[in-house]
Amino acid sequence: MRSRFQQGLDELRDRLLRIGGLAEQAIDRATEAYRTRDAKFCQMVFSGENAINQAERDIDELAIDLLAMQQPMAIDLRFIMAVIKINADLERVGDQAVNIAQRVLDLVSEPEVELPVDIPKMATSVSTMVQRALESFLDGHAEVAESVLQMDNVVDRMKDEAFVVLVQKMQSDPQLTRAALNVLLIARNLERIADHATNIAEDVIFWVRGADVRHGGAHYPI
Amino acid sequence: MSVPANHVTAVIGPSGCGKSTYVRCLNRMHETIPDAHAEGEVKVGDMEVYADGTDPVDVRRKIGMVFQKPNPFPTMSIYDNVAAGLRLNGLHNRKQMDELVERSLELAALWDEVKDMLHKQSGASLSGGQQQRLCIARALAVEPDVLLMDEPCSALDPISTSKIEELIFQLKQHYTVVIVTHNMQQAARVAEFTGFFLMGSLIEFDKTEKIFTTPADKRTEDYITGRFG
Repeated sequence: MRSRFQQGLDELRDRLLRIGGLAEQAIDRATEAYRTRDAKFCQMVFSGENAINQAERDIDELAIDLLAMQQPMAIDLRFIMAVIKINADLERVGDQAVNIAQRVLDLVSEPEVELPVDIPKMATSVSTMVQRALESFLDGHAEVAESVLQMDNVVDRMKDEAFVVLVQKMQSDPQLTRAALNVLLIARNLERIADHATNIAEDVIFWVRGADVRHGGAHYPI
Repeated sequence: MSVPANHVTAVIGPSGCGKSTYVRCLNRMHETIPDAHAEGEVKVGDMEVYADGTDPVDVRRKIGMVFQKPNPFPTMSIYDNVAAGLRLNGLHNRKQMDELVERSLELAALWDEVKDMLHKQSGASLSGGQQQRLCIARALAVEPDVLLMDEPCSALDPISTSKIEELIFQLKQHYTVVIVTHNMQQAARVAEFTGFFLMGSLIEFDKTEKIFTTPADKRTEDYITGRFG
């Protein structure tokens, strides 16, 4: 029979995976809205936000209860700390998806224009990062988490390139400024989601190995 | 295992792992048990605890001990409880004795509560938490360098426990404290260093925050996360 504490930890893990699923779904819907220019997907992102916010509150509550009632130590303590931080990152991912959906609504209110930025490709990379970060959490796999950290540079580069070409476009064709600005903000939102995926991966490494790898370091407590 | 001076070191481990036995060996208290013997060496500063010429009484004066259950001398007054060790060590000067009793009771954070009944009340008339602080005062009166505490709070309520824990924190300014505890939260709260014992062996010794967040040994982790023991 599992102990009550272990049941609590399992429940926390399941709930985090559920909010992770909701956040992934929000990114997919926002991307689909951009790709199809269909406002229906934007509405789905907006209406999904409440569920993410509620899930975030429930996870925090359970995590605080476990900290207070069970006084966990070592790997259990690191696990709960990681869950609390990952939870906040996933809620922010949901917010970024909402921001993207808002930009898409503005984009589709104007006639469609051709811009030299491949947002769906960038969104695929970002989605993969979030998915792998959650996989690493599911399996407690620090190596998978490390692969997420490496992908962050690729997304950063995509955002920088989008910035350069979109600014050029705005200068050469001012009529496209509104659309270019929306796309630039979407690229920025995606890059932020990649940062949250990176944070999640770092928290998984902290949980599994006890090492703090944030900000490019590998700090083991002494 | 090297116990750092003027710090609190906790010894943790499951029942029967040898933590109390280890601590008793530090001041030769185990010799009070028939047929018990110890191997190896213990050094406190320059003193070789097990050297041929070392008197166990001197050892126990230098390395004081407080036990799980408060054990004041029940028929003696509060004053005499604290003074007992001093008398055994040959001190008979009344003024000096008064000063040392007051200082010890102050160090044990008990003076204010008992100063008006030093001679009127017996040690046994105090509450459990006060009795334990009286025992600490008695141990401190002979001015030891090291204070060994074998589960000093296990018979106390949370308020008395918190007073003793605060006291332990204050005492490290003047003494080196080694505390055996079953309560891991207590070890985490009071000790800067922690040693984990299992089946008679020291498994891991490190800074307390390291032991309780990222222990190096799987057995330590399994114990402190409640997976065995």
